[in-house]
Amino acid sequence: MSGLARALGWAAAALVLLLARRLRRRPEPAQLAPPPAEDASPAPPEHLPDPRAELWVAGLLGLAALLAAGFVVVDVLDPRHATQLMGLCLGLCLAALAAAAVLAGKRLVAQETAVEERPQLEHPEEQERVADLIEQPRRGISRRRLLKAAAGAAGAAVGGALIVPLASLGPVADQQELLKEDPWRSGTRLIDLEGRALAAAAVPLGGFVSAFPEGADPESLGSPLVVLRIAVDQLRLPPERAGWAPEGIMAFSKICTHAGCAIELFRYPLYAPTSPGPALVCPCHYSTFDVRTGGERTFGPAARPLPQLPLQIDGDGHLRAGGPLSAPPGPSWWGVRL
Amino acid sequence: MIRRAVRFLDARAGASPLLRRTLRYVFPDHWSFLLGEIALYCFLILVATGTYLALFFDPSHAQVVSHGSYAPLDGLPVSRQFQSTVDISFKVTAGLLMRQTHHWAALVFLVAITLHLFRIFFTGAFRKPRELNYMVGLTMLALALLEGYAGYSLPDDLLSGMGLVIGYSVALSIPVVGASVATLVWGGRFPGAEEFWSRLYIVHVLVLPVLIGALIAVHLVLIARPRHTDFPAPGRTERRVRGTPLWPGYALRSGGLFLATAAVLVLLGGLVQINPVWQWGPFHTYLSTNGAQPDWYLGWLIGALRLMPPIEPHVFGYTLFPNPFFGGVLFPMMVFGLLYAWPWLERRLTRDHAVHHLLDRPRDRPRRTALGAAFFGFVAVIFLAGSADRIFLAFGIPYEGQIWFFRAAVFWVPVAAYWLTRRVCEELRDLDAHPLRGWRGRVVRRTEAGGFAPAGASTPPADGAPATARPGAGPARPGAD
Repeated sequence: MSGLARALGWAAAALVLLLARRLRRRPEPAQLAPPPAEDASPAPPEHLPDPRAELWVAGLLGLAALLAAGFVVVDVLDPRHATQLMGLCLGLCLAALAAAAVLAGKRLVAQETAVEERPQLEHPEEQERVADLIEQPRRGISRRRLLKAAAGAAGAAVGGALIVPLASLGPVADQQELLKEDPWRSGTRLIDLEGRALAAAAVPLGGFVSAFPEGADPESLGSPLVVLRIAVDQLRLPPERAGWAPEGIMAFSKICTHAGCAIELFRYPLYAPTSPGPALVCPCHYSTFDVRTGGERTFGPAARPLPQLPLQIDGDGHLRAGGPLSAPPGPSWWGVRL
Repeated sequence: MIRRAVRFLDARAGASPLLRRTLRYVFPDHWSFLLGEIALYCFLILVATGTYLALFFDPSHAQVVSHGSYAPLDGLPVSRQFQSTVDISFKVTAGLLMRQTHHWAALVFLVAITLHLFRIFFTGAFRKPRELNYMVGLTMLALALLEGYAGYSLPDDLLSGMGLVIGYSVALSIPVVGASVATLVWGGRFPGAEEFWSRLYIVHVLVLPVLIGALIAVHLVLIARPRHTDFPAPGRTERRVRGTPLWPGYALRSGGLFLATAAVLVLLGGLVQINPVWQWGPFHTYLSTNGAQPDWYLGWLIGALRLMPPIEPHVFGYTLFPNPFFGGVLFPMMVFGLLYAWPWLERRLTRDHAVHHLLDRPRDRPRRTALGAAFFGFVAVIFLAGSADRIFLAFGIPYEGQIWFFRAAVFWVPVAAYWLTRRVCEELRDLDAHPLRGWRGRVVRRTEAGGFAPAGASTPPADGAPATARPGAGPARPGAD
């Protein structure tokens, strides 16, 4: 069936092409209808019937009907390939209808060129009268300013009152706290997506894993982490972050500080002398953060460093947070503390 | 039959005079006048295919376990939006055809609007009395951009989620009120409350389409009142319009254009895959993918976000303007602000307050055309910067080097485009001929003595004077200076 329908489609395409070629050889329509006069809106010009064009239009309409039927047949008989074949049937059906309409417009009806006067848009006298009409009520009023002030006050009050329901769209009171929210506390265990505690040994050198705080919503912007391991001698952490990266394992907020995308690229050069250093890269706008220095931005539009999470390894060899994130996670807003 | 219908309508609505005038309404002929019609027809197809999709799409964000439609997704927790989008693609009769046709129609819709805007700008069709309609059109362009963004954000797939979080960051970056705007729209911090999805859905299927539809009606009325513009030619004047009456010739041809637009979109929808969300998978805030690109019409915005240097002004450690503000808010406001202001800016520059129904050829207005080219060059560089990652994948040109190149190009490309366009326009206007056929030389003939003398001219033109007469060309166009 699929083959049949495909053949049907090809046949239709060939027919349309053939039609287009045949038609190009026909004489110009200008020879059929006499050129109308330049001015004076003319009566519809004489039009001689064109039996050949009528035949073509009828043929195209018939073809369209066939293709429309094919659209139904394809869906009933071959639903697996339905999208392509149905698209072909319906698309070519519409193409045949389009060809029929254009052909009818160019060959079956009189070719007419008409001239129309543009209407005068402006009515200078009317403008004055309309303005007078609108201003008319003002004349009978003595305390115009008082009324204006009262109407303004009422309008402002009603407008203000109508804005209040908008506040129920979302939280209003503690927006700043909400945006800064960070589920990490000292001692929070790192878990993976399946909910298992993340062991330090599970973080490969030069690779990264994603981690989440135990007992928190993984979708919250403060939750996801990239946990990665670099060689200890590569670390260039500032002194106040000494001890944040046991065994060279580091954790950063996974949400980019530029526009909030998840950071899914970790560049870890295998031959350091000719390559740029290990860095996290956001795939949305390619902000690049140097992990050795604790998430300093080295390229791209992000302006804030990536927040780092101090890490500890507990007695079972599992990773735990040593405190909250070093800065608010996610994109910035007006008034956020760096 | 027809007579009875006309009598019926006239008796009840008094419609005959209006119908007669409408049927005799004159459309001038030029291919560039069809761009707006294509946009209109795309909108009709969007409404038709979108209505079909809305019969099956479930805008709820409730989580379900995927099964049945697409084997690699089996067992994964996904939202109802995502599941119903995949079901439309694989289970609903002609569902994928309609979905892809809808998406292609949105892409072509914005192509047509943009090209239509170019036509309006470069031919001066925005001049009095059409400034108001020009602004209606610009508003529809802005609404269409929002509508497209809302539409491809609905299925909750990985790409749409990345687009949404960027939109959230841009909303958050608005000075002073950003935090309130973002948390109110999303119902909290990203990914937001369940209600956010109801809001996005109603905006996409009702609010924006109705607004666009209403503005289309206003647009058409404002076109028809002063009649169409036309290029100057014999028989076409500021007072009269010359062309094909609506009935029957133009109606059939324009109906053909509608059907041809629909044919192309359905063929694209049937044969060329677009946005296969089952391959991207469902979105989570902790997931993203490399090489993500939005629909083409948002390319200029992602380019601006990527190109912006890492500037985030702050005082005493408190942030003022988060970085996405510059590329995501300031840049589009600047682009649309300039476009809205242009008719008034040009009026001030040229002191031309007259009514214009006849169009300019772009080359006859070198300054406007050159300014338009500079503006287009500016936006185009930023648009191209948005695809720097694809350029890296295709040609291996390092990404960071490209960004530095584009950052410089933002400044010199508009200048170069202005200078080049203005020169070309002035040259074309002055030559009034094709540049390759235009020839400014003089014919000389070798004399018997071995020297050269001007051929056929007893009095050679004064030295340094431009030779305007060319072999085979008529007299120079009057008024070309």
